[in-house]
Amino acid sequence: MYAYDEIDRTLVNERVAEFRDQVKRRLSGELTEDEFKMLRLMNGVYLQLHAYMLRVAIPYGTLSSPQMRKLAHVARRYDRGYGHFTTRQNIQFNWIKLADLPDALEELASVGIHAMQTSGNCVRNVTTDQWAGVAPGEVEDPRIWAETLRQYSTMHPEFTYLPRKFKIAITAADHDRAAIRVHDIGLRIHRNEAGETGFEVLVGGGLGRTPFIGKVIKPFVAGRDILSYVEAILRVYNQYGRRDNIYKARIKILVHELGIEKFSAEVEEEWQAMRHSALELDDEVVADIRSRFSYPDYEKLPDAPDELLAASADPHFERWLKNSVAPHQRPGYAIVTLSLKPVGAPPGDATADQLDAVADLAEKYSFGEIRVGHEQNLALPNVAKRDLPALWRQLDKLGLATPNVNLITDIIACPGLDYCSLANARAIPIAQELTRRFANHDIAEMIGRLHINISGCINACGHHHVGHIGILGVEKNNEEFYQITIGGRADEGAVVGTLIGPAVPYDDVANVIEDIVEAYLALRARPDELFYQTVERLGVEPFKERVYATR
Amino acid sequence: MPLVKKGAIVADSFVHVADDSALPVEGAALIPATRFLEDPGGLAARNAPTGVIWPNNRDLDELVPYLEKLAVVALVFPTFRDGRAYSQARLLRERYGYKGELRAIGQVLRDQFVLMLRAGFDAFEVKKEADAEAFAATVKRYTVFYQPTGDGRVTALHRRMQARHAANVQ
Ligand code: HEM
Ligand code: SF4
Repeated sequence: MYAYDEIDRTLVNERVAEFRDQVKRRLSGELTEDEFKMLRLMNGVYLQLHAYMLRVAIPYGTLSSPQMRKLAHVARRYDRGYGHFTTRQNIQFNWIKLADLPDALEELASVGIHAMQTSGNCVRNVTTDQWAGVAPGEVEDPRIWAETLRQYSTMHPEFTYLPRKFKIAITAADHDRAAIRVHDIGLRIHRNEAGETGFEVLVGGGLGRTPFIGKVIKPFVAGRDILSYVEAILRVYNQYGRRDNIYKARIKILVHELGIEKFSAEVEEEWQAMRHSALELDDEVVADIRSRFSYPDYEKLPDAPDELLAASADPHFERWLKNSVAPHQRPGYAIVTLSLKPVGAPPGDATADQLDAVADLAEKYSFGEIRVGHEQNLALPNVAKRDLPALWRQLDKLGLATPNVNLITDIIACPGLDYCSLANARAIPIAQELTRRFANHDIAEMIGRLHINISGCINACGHHHVGHIGILGVEKNNEEFYQITIGGRADEGAVVGTLIGPAVPYDDVANVIEDIVEAYLALRARPDELFYQTVERLGVEPFKERVYATR
Repeated sequence: MPLVKKGAIVADSFVHVADDSALPVEGAALIPATRFLEDPGGLAARNAPTGVIWPNNRDLDELVPYLEKLAVVALVFPTFRDGRAYSQARLLRERYGYKGELRAIGQVLRDQFVLMLRAGFDAFEVKKEADAEAFAATVKRYTVFYQPTGDGRVTALHRRMQARHAANVQ
């Protein structure tokens, strides 16, 4: 956990005071909606179909129990009793009144939570692996660097009015849980041949209208140089990124239009001119940030405690254990994923009561720490294995133990037409219908790891391009249609999925997905060949045939 | 538009010269870049302070040779959403060592003052009278700054290190 000090707290409070004044000036008409829009977005406030929406940052996906309780309180006091976790380590509240926003933000500030830069054309909340600091094999805890970048980018005087939003993600593990290849800048912490730790830097990834996988701009940047290198990229982008067309203003378009060689030469020139500036980090500065992260006082525990052996007689527990519990860096401990995808519910929704209960369970079983991942699930990162049976029983009562993590019903979906003013089609009801179709855990397990991602429009908030199966809502003659892509991936082998054919109407989507899954089961080479591997081996043709032959 | 300098609203002694009119021989003048670059030598002939209005999409390399002779560089915010001039300002101050007046013009609103100051601006043609009047109060809104820029303010990191150092000495 990172502890705010007086300096961090002061800044967040000053920001709330400024926003309070901006809201007041908006309400009195002193600020036009156009002027206010940029200011409110930079404080996480959207104007949606029905109401204002507040998007709150969860830096590097880490929350303490008191912070989680405060989110529950805001959900209850200012919203309709629930919150919605997104694919970007944020939580959204959909029904907040403009006049209440400063108070809500002030309450959040009291526990070190803010909504700064969760929207707008600035550097957004820096995201990372939700298992950071506990994932086996990790090079080092990437949150140290995520926090360094958070501070660096917060109220940056040069980069708060960029051509477009800007997203940075970091991972330090072999398996990329942060989707760094589909971010404007992706950072992979690794060791070079000399054994030094540093960053592989990727640039120009992103989804939306024109999806791109990020390209490596520099294989190794030392820690001390990372801020200056990021600043060099941002400066080149700020000056040369297109501003004439919002669809072409992202850095991925600049990188694509210039070519990665030319772009990296520009960045290199800029970097050489300023790398030995005040941005150069020394060990003391990094140690300072590291020193404000606290780590649990782990006990020496057996790796196969009696409690676990005794509970394994229960097949329900066994199923959950196999599906939702992952290995930890420390013997005797485990990482537990809490599914926010029960059958029939909107992916990523949690009630205030659930949030409070999770805060309590984290205190009891996970050193008071909770994580939020981009798949719209939660995790308890530090659970002693002996406590797993007791934890499972309590999670089960709360509806948070659905054993479907990474399976076909662990769906990512954006809000779509239910909330979003940009949507062309519904996303949530499609997800709900699919969770009902595949509710049988035996079948889901037989299918194996399969990610379905749904977006209600081309903006790709639901990451449909990189779903193993992607579903994109489009509009035709005022009706909802859906394009289906297959073979996408968001991890270390990220690829954009391939369209299988013409869009299908709303009522047919679940049938089409069933057809695709049946085709896969018939086509896979071995029971452990995953869906995306079958697509990789055979291409989309056999799936296309199966889906369109009868339609 | 009111001009704010050193925290106060002041009278603007510079005349904005139009794109197509000749370079005036007398009087403090702000000259558009295109007009200026047609005859940069004319600068030497002037016996009054001269400034240039530099668009935010024009390479600074063209301006750098004349910086020493310029009293004002005015950088443009065509809309408050277009932040290219922030980068230009920092480059002029921090890389090219420009010491004269750096003026923000265009859609300059109070909500951008702090960022502009940090980027190196020291004069502001403010769009709204009320914003100009609120200047002094607005720029005091923040006391914490995370990242170093040429404005020399102490960053959060350095404050923390100083605090630790002081604690160690005691
Ligand atoms: C509710 C109101 C929302 C609005 C108005 C909105 C708007 C947008 C827009 C306009 C874009 C495209 C930007 C571009 O490509 O330049 C975008 C992208 C994105 N949004 Fe949202 N969004 C909303 C909610 C969400 C939610 C709930 C999530 C997560 C579940 C989300 C996650 C994302 C992500 C990950 C992208 C990135 C696609 C990329 O990499 O280019 N957004 N959003
Ligand atoms: S993908 Fe489209 S519909 Fe979905 S949240 Fe984003 S903007 Fe809204």
